[in-house]
Amino acid sequence: MKAKIIITPKKAVVDPQGKTVQGALEQMGYKGVTGVHVGKYIEIDLAPGTDPAAAQRALNDAAHKFLSNPIIEDYKLEIE
Amino acid sequence: MNFAVLQFPASNCDQDAIHAARLLGHSARYIWHKENSLGDADVVIVPGGFSYGDYLRCGAIARFSPVMQAVKQFADNGGLVLGVCNGFQVLAEAGLLPGALVRNRDLQFHCEHIFLKPATTDSPFTNKIPAGKILRIPIAHGEGCYFADEETLAKLKANNQILWQYCDATGNLTDTANPNGSLLNIAGVCNERRNVAGLMPHPERACEPLLASDDGKLIFESIFAALEKKSAAKAA
Repeated sequence: MKAKIIITPKKAVVDPQGKTVQGALEQMGYKGVTGVHVGKYIEIDLAPGTDPAAAQRALNDAAHKFLSNPIIEDYKLEIE
Repeated sequence: MNFAVLQFPASNCDQDAIHAARLLGHSARYIWHKENSLGDADVVIVPGGFSYGDYLRCGAIARFSPVMQAVKQFADNGGLVLGVCNGFQVLAEAGLLPGALVRNRDLQFHCEHIFLKPATTDSPFTNKIPAGKILRIPIAHGEGCYFADEETLAKLKANNQILWQYCDATGNLTDTANPNGSLLNIAGVCNERRNVAGLMPHPERACEPLLASDDGKLIFESIFAALEKKSAAKAA
């Protein structure tokens, strides 16, 4: 069982990394790119037999308190 | 006065903080991050560095170190806490200070001297800075861009919680004088209660003329003055 967490910068936070990557893509000739936002992807391996609902609750808590900083980031959590 | 300087794995400005405190005639000791007590500390310094390799986010892991429980208790009891650079990041992650520090807007690590304007002298960290005095202090950081949402920024302004702002040599808060893109040129803030503060520049590296500036002394002198006032009030 795996938990997958995608962490992205909030829109209000300036994302110079995203802008730089966007500039590079344009320079390389990729057309039609109107925005790039660079975030983080975290994979957490869970012991077999873990209750998915309990894992969802616990990891939501961990994502909110630690894995992301809610002041500057949003996150999406998936358990599979 | 007794200074307690925290040490996390990969803190690297702890020695400078100890040196500055002792140079100015006070006692100072290291507190390893696993300790549960601050002893008889009068003031806690959370030093600069790259605690835990800046993994996940700067200060994100250090904030959960055992010693931070004692720091939170100390701060709740009104004790003075000053976070410098990574220390500021740790205190922000711990929720002891508002806002967050993100990557410098030009994506570059800035290691240079900047000018700081004290936005207020009404705090235990700025009360000895003469009105109109611009401080020359070094910075050394890659993630010092201060961010807070509109609501928080409004509160900081209303409560006079912005303590230092980046400025030019004559005290103007210009964009060119802002090394990292911090909102409102904010270099340092304090909490609502005014006993916890953080700043990205390194005052502990500006306490001797040999190091190009001793303006940093004014911040330490403010802390001493505040502590003296407190103990005089207690004795009365």
